[in-house]
Amino acid sequence: MAEAIADTRRLYTKPQNLNDAYGPPSNFLEIDVTNPETVGVGRNRFTTYEIKLKTNLPIFKLKESRVRRRYSDFEWLRGELERESKVVVPPLPGKALFRQLPFRGDDGIFDDSFIEERRQGLEQFLNKVAGHPLAQNERCLHMFLQDESVDKNYTPSKIRQA
Amino acid sequence: MSFFSFGQSAEIDIVLNDAETRKKAEHKTEDGKKDKYFLFYDGETVSGKVNVTLKTPGKRLEHQGFKIEFIGQIELYYDRGNHHEFVSLVKDLARPGEMAQSQTFDFEFTHVEKPYESYTGQNVKLRYFLRATVSRRLNDICKEMDIVVHTLSTYPELNSSIKMEVGIEDCLHIEFEYNKSKYHLKDVIVGKIYFLLVRIKIKHMEIDIIKRETTGTGPNVYHENDTIAKYEIMDGAPVRGESIPIRLFLAGYEMTPTMRDINKKFSVRYYLNLVLIDEEERRYFKQQEITLWREGDVARKSMSHQAAIASQRFEGSEKTLPQAKEDSN
Repeated sequence: MAEAIADTRRLYTKPQNLNDAYGPPSNFLEIDVTNPETVGVGRNRFTTYEIKLKTNLPIFKLKESRVRRRYSDFEWLRGELERESKVVVPPLPGKALFRQLPFRGDDGIFDDSFIEERRQGLEQFLNKVAGHPLAQNERCLHMFLQDESVDKNYTPSKIRQA
Repeated sequence: MSFFSFGQSAEIDIVLNDAETRKKAEHKTEDGKKDKYFLFYDGETVSGKVNVTLKTPGKRLEHQGFKIEFIGQIELYYDRGNHHEFVSLVKDLARPGEMAQSQTFDFEFTHVEKPYESYTGQNVKLRYFLRATVSRRLNDICKEMDIVVHTLSTYPELNSSIKMEVGIEDCLHIEFEYNKSKYHLKDVIVGKIYFLLVRIKIKHMEIDIIKRETTGTGPNVYHENDTIAKYEIMDGAPVRGESIPIRLFLAGYEMTPTMRDINKKFSVRYYLNLVLIDEEERRYFKQQEITLWREGDVARKSMSHQAAIASQRFEGSEKTLPQAKEDSN
């Protein structure tokens, strides 16, 4: 007795709208961490990084933004996200305390190669975090990415559509 | 076997009457090896002969009786001592006495009920076997013969498709559809994933088949999950309005029919797990149970009836699709 051949024809599908097919995708989000600049003198020096954001996601109030942040701002953001959201927050590049000790042969935390390594780690961190649907609901992320400065006395809250 | 070297001993051999014609089926043993056993269905008669061969010729065998049993039992691995017998039939072959020479006894268990399918799993085993026993004062002589039982079903009268819209608000909305809710073991899953909103960066999408074996009751319920198959259905980033087809042939995977609450001891259920993975390796998934059943070679609906059902849902048809069920995930 011959086996019945199963019907494997595709299910009916609606044809795709050409605007949807060829238009810009709805998931555009680009974050760059660039232009490290060391400011201040002597013991009061610190490095800031420029965070450039371009997006078409409605959850972000600004479609383009540019802010400057330092490493401790990133640490603050990570702490806020860990506490306020259910996201498993990825690690930041190292704190490198040993580089802050005196009597080093190199420039310590102001060493070019160290800054570049850190810049890459910060960029990876932000891209991972900013694309997370749950992290995108946190006020602290939007403040970090798009507000002029980070107000550490803010009230944590959830964001819906901008 | 006898530990005492004095006295007579015997070898028992069980042979089925239809051993030449009956089909054998492959079945996994507890240690993962595959063996072939005689295949039986519910209601079939189990008949044959028990050959008792005396080891030492000339000597008599004293015994307390011969019997043969047909047993269907469930064995939970964490509770090996307790076998739960759901079928237990016995036929006496000889009364207590002496056996002077090797003999053969006929037996027949007529139209035996075999309500469940044979199953060897991670934490539980359901098996059927014949056991011939020569009872003796000090130690019995036993021989067991395992058989395999398959439970068959016919094409279900009602076999609705599974269609649902799921997603994360403002991030990802998809509508998935599988052509049936009940599939036989050699069936094909035909379906599609339709993207309504894509605000995340998807890298690829796969469909997994998960087998879940549940043993125990009440607070001691234990689930053992096993991913039987992983099948990539999309590589790359979709946009709104795109449909991704699914065509998954089940015959290539080792699966059993769905078993629900067998003798109130265990269940084996199957789930389709649709998984989307984004560029940061985050996984978004939706699990949906499907019912698997074993098709018999004889019992089938006519081809034309199958074709009629199929044509209602495929390309080229003018019919509108049924209402989508709302399900936010």
